[in-house]
Amino acid sequence: MRSQIERIAPGSETFICNGLPVTFVDCAPDELQNVCERLTAELGYRFATLVVEEAHCDWQLGYIFCGGHDLQGGLVRVSLKASGARPIIPSISAIVHAADWHEREAEDLFGLVFEGHPKLGDFVLHEHTPEGINPMRSDFDPAAELPSEDICPWRPGRIVQTPGAFAMPIGPVYSDFAESAHFLLETVGEDVIRVIPRFFYKYRGLEKLAEGRRVEDVLLLAERFSGTSAFAHSLAFCQAVESICEAKLPARAPALRTFFAELERFRYHVGVIADICGSTALAVATSQAAILEEELLRLCCKYAGHRYLFGLNIPGGLSLNVEDEACRVLTGEVGSIAKRLVDLMEMLRFSSSFLDRLEQVGAIAKKDATDYGLVGPIARASGVVRDLRIALPYAAYGKDSLSFSAPGEEEGDGYARLRVFFNEAMQSVEIMRQIAESLPPGEVRVPRFDIKGGVSLGWAEAPCGAAFHWIRVRNDGRVARYRVTPPSFTNWHGFHLAAENFAFQDFPIIMATFGLSNAECDR
Amino acid sequence: MSKWVWKGLRTGKKSSHYPDAPETAAGVSPGMPLTETGALPLEFCPFPVGEIEGSPDESKTDIRDCVHCFRCVRSSSDRVKWQEGYEWASEKDADAKGHSRQLGASFSHSLNIRMIDAGACGACISEVKQIAKPCYSIHRLGFFITPTPRHADVLLVVGPVTDNMVFPLKKAYEAMPTPKVVVAAGTCALTGGLFGPGFACGAGVSDFIPVDVEVPGCPPPPLAIIHALLVAVGRKPPFSGQKPSISERKAL
Repeated sequence: MRSQIERIAPGSETFICNGLPVTFVDCAPDELQNVCERLTAELGYRFATLVVEEAHCDWQLGYIFCGGHDLQGGLVRVSLKASGARPIIPSISAIVHAADWHEREAEDLFGLVFEGHPKLGDFVLHEHTPEGINPMRSDFDPAAELPSEDICPWRPGRIVQTPGAFAMPIGPVYSDFAESAHFLLETVGEDVIRVIPRFFYKYRGLEKLAEGRRVEDVLLLAERFSGTSAFAHSLAFCQAVESICEAKLPARAPALRTFFAELERFRYHVGVIADICGSTALAVATSQAAILEEELLRLCCKYAGHRYLFGLNIPGGLSLNVEDEACRVLTGEVGSIAKRLVDLMEMLRFSSSFLDRLEQVGAIAKKDATDYGLVGPIARASGVVRDLRIALPYAAYGKDSLSFSAPGEEEGDGYARLRVFFNEAMQSVEIMRQIAESLPPGEVRVPRFDIKGGVSLGWAEAPCGAAFHWIRVRNDGRVARYRVTPPSFTNWHGFHLAAENFAFQDFPIIMATFGLSNAECDR
Repeated sequence: MSKWVWKGLRTGKKSSHYPDAPETAAGVSPGMPLTETGALPLEFCPFPVGEIEGSPDESKTDIRDCVHCFRCVRSSSDRVKWQEGYEWASEKDADAKGHSRQLGASFSHSLNIRMIDAGACGACISEVKQIAKPCYSIHRLGFFITPTPRHADVLLVVGPVTDNMVFPLKKAYEAMPTPKVVVAAGTCALTGGLFGPGFACGAGVSDFIPVDVEVPGCPPPPLAIIHALLVAVGRKPPFSGQKPSISERKAL
């Protein structure tokens, strides 16, 4: 793989970091498109994240790719330098479609110009923020108030013009407990022709807030920007920090982290199954799944102190040592919940009114899932079986003693996604059982954790897919730049694929089968 | 479809008995660091957050700012008492308003609630979801979730109020019929939490619309949210800052 990258980009350097090849490619602007195209098309890499750094109009862009055909390629960072107030960067989104939203975000927040990108403009900051305000730039004061303009409410650039066509707005405040997001559904009566999503109602400026804060305070942000997958994100963050500081964790810490990451995945997936049942108005099934979810939340609180596992991960290990016996008891209780989940799924499998709403609804083809770089259960339901736990093993996942596989389906419809959520949930219980049986003894944190300056990428397979946390820490232990690519951001990008050409009444069901979090997407 | 009916009947009642009896199940609440006065004096929070280099120390000192980081109890500090419980809701500006509430007695067993997500992280929303689910089932109290603010008596706001949600939040508030009550739930909604005030977030809901009842927590557990709703209609006294009585403590 190393020689292959060398062929594409002469002068690249490869290092082995924690047993994983990491390749750095310096790239001139006119070569960027070619290098990215060959990395993805020839070597099978997939786009992970775009990291933009700016200091006094000196720009560094890092296009990070991961995987490779046989998943042995590790990570590749393609770096690009630029200077000037508004440098022009060639857009790669025509070649690597997964980078589309990353470029739109960087354009909106940094004021970079991506040449050749078909759709730039208001994205994260909505239309009431004047153009030319770029909060992620180093000269922007995070305590300042954003200026606001009084203008007429948002309208899409163009709408479908056929007889009988109309646009149906949904959100940002809608349904019972839906998170804030807006969708404009264009239709000629029954079928949705086009879905125009509008996110970032919940943009809290996470990446900007992190700048200049201490690492341990940024951990709180990493944990709380998406509360329902807090453990996965804090894990990715802690791993990035530990990699900078070259901390050697006692063996019990990665094992317990894996244990709780799987507990969180199980709880999250049960919640998604409850939402799917709710979207099809199957009241008893919704209640059954909600009872299981609440019991899992209580178990989290009983054994780890917090219902959403806040405060458990710290750089250097875990803040709490959960005893072997407690882990075994917890696994037993989770196992009995899993049994009831199996019963529930068995009943759902034979409820025709439920299946009719899911089967062949909201299908995503394998090619689309690959082009959009979809991640997590949604990609795996469309036959793109990629999982960071296997592709880039972290914590205890790479251990030979742990045997598991990423469940996948081929159809890509709502039912396939439901099955993936269910199978993954069951897999999580199995992983928890394996870990609880062979927990290494000892401490769960390093006795002393010294923060050093440096750069690192951390990752974790969050419940809804691959999460990447890129961090640069200054020598004084404060964060210089923090970049988060959550799975929901990646997957909402492809949501319109599933919702278009299906009927109006399928829309909430398709949304439920995606099981994504807007808070995670918007940051 | 009869199998679902049987399944539901076989499952039996799962709802909490709160407020008729205190909930004793393990794990319903993460608890809070509390002193006898209910406040968390500066020296009791050894790990204030929100400090940004170059700006004055914005140390968090109040129980309303606690984000459940657990750093006080899990570090060497032994000055912090951790208390169980969940009846954390208090009335905003209780002194100014006295004991009079906007919603009269006719609302006390018939209340329609609309939740607004003003930038919450998802944990608060997940907890609010649970109050309408079987384990807590607010329907038994005569409380209902309504999809539109036009039918709502209570606006339950979570999140620090992001810049992009200010307009929808105000519009929803204006759409509500009077009398109306606003409940701010969660640390973010009270003070902006970790995210606000800043360029993209406000410092809590009260900067934008008048707030009547506040409930802290990160996130507030479902029972704390139910307590807030009960306080809003006068069925429960607000959090007094006192230690729980002996009988209550036994129950906890």
